[in-house]
Amino acid sequence: MATQELEKLFHDNIDAEIKIEPRDWMPDSYRKTNIRQISQHAHSEIVGMLPEGNWITRAPSLKRKAILIAKVQDEAGHGLYLYSAAETLGISRDQLIHELHSGKAKYSSIFNYPTLTWADMGAIGWLVDGAAIINQVMLCRTSYGPYARAMVRICKEESFHQRQGFQILYELSKGTDAQKAMCQDAINRWWWPSLMMFGPKDADSPHSAQSIKWKIKRKTNDELRQNFVDMIAEQVKVLGMILPDPDLKWNEARKHYDFGEINWDEFWRVVKGDGPCNRQRLQARINAHNEGAWVRAAAKAYAKKRQQEEVVA
Amino acid sequence: MQIKFNKYYYGDIPEDNGGQQSEIKKVPASDGKEEWPLWEVFIRSKQGLDHKHAGSLHAVDAKMAIENARDVYTRRQEGTSIWVVESKNLFASNPADNEMLFDPANNKIYRHPTFYELPDEVKHM
Repeated sequence: MATQELEKLFHDNIDAEIKIEPRDWMPDSYRKTNIRQISQHAHSEIVGMLPEGNWITRAPSLKRKAILIAKVQDEAGHGLYLYSAAETLGISRDQLIHELHSGKAKYSSIFNYPTLTWADMGAIGWLVDGAAIINQVMLCRTSYGPYARAMVRICKEESFHQRQGFQILYELSKGTDAQKAMCQDAINRWWWPSLMMFGPKDADSPHSAQSIKWKIKRKTNDELRQNFVDMIAEQVKVLGMILPDPDLKWNEARKHYDFGEINWDEFWRVVKGDGPCNRQRLQARINAHNEGAWVRAAAKAYAKKRQQEEVVA
Repeated sequence: MQIKFNKYYYGDIPEDNGGQQSEIKKVPASDGKEEWPLWEVFIRSKQGLDHKHAGSLHAVDAKMAIENARDVYTRRQEGTSIWVVESKNLFASNPADNEMLFDPANNKIYRHPTFYELPDEVKHM
């Protein structure tokens, strides 16, 4: 088939809501966009383990420790589902990891903020995972089959993350004055970075329009951000806490919450590598990879030796 | 085994100058030769149902592939049985052949029971 015909078939399938599968013909730029987006997503899950892993040894009870370990393990799993989806597009796992470590591939900027108190585990679950879920629910309907299937699996698990986060904050909000203050402080620090998770404003988002045309994304950054604000502005009332935005108020005409301007200078600064923890995060990943090299080599050598023994036997 | 604790594992508080003092050690480019083989994972969600493709993962051998599949794909009792097949041993039809392979079934509607009109008196058929 000529390229034009294949391209027409591809677009017809997209229009007819037929998923694109790994062996189907697809434009190079569709492949590249998916590799970029899925790998960013995978890296975010993997780097996302670090701020929370930081609290496993200090979780306030055995129950909380067990929950946090399960949550961090889920994130490792989510990273693996997504890496395996990206690999169906013809990029190797080693290459993906290398692009993260060399700084070529990005991950969500939110994980470049430090987790200073136990309440941050609550705020991450409620706000950060809450923002991620809004994005991920949309992605369950993305046009690339393996990505959509990975997202369905992830969404099923993610809702436990958000609920456990909210519950941590809910308990703190019913606690002592110091615990309430800790709860409010965590919300204050995580609110704006969570809003930034949805990415630049639509007008400044070069990839968005094409991604929506290809049905990789179904909603724009600003639409998703608005959904998130509307949801959280109501939930925060249950905690008896406030969101750190004086401009936040219900707009009866729009049937949405209005909210203040995001500090875009901070957003770009963190994206470009100058957030509070960018270097520590990346260094932690690189160290883990380098220090694990002998384990990978040993496992491979052991498997090879056993294979040879089987041949002899 | 010696475990190294870095400062950020505990405080997670950035250095005074925002963590910029340390140059990140670069990793050498990989040629992909060190990569473990890729395996496809199939899970039977409960007795009586088929194994269904769940995804893929890397492992050195079948034993490790099953162990990893258990951790990656069945953390919430999603499975009662796991199959793993090394991806290089899996052969797939080519989408370019779809017309030849699947279209001929299109005009054989007599293969479906609804093709046959029977009198209303006939019951249970």
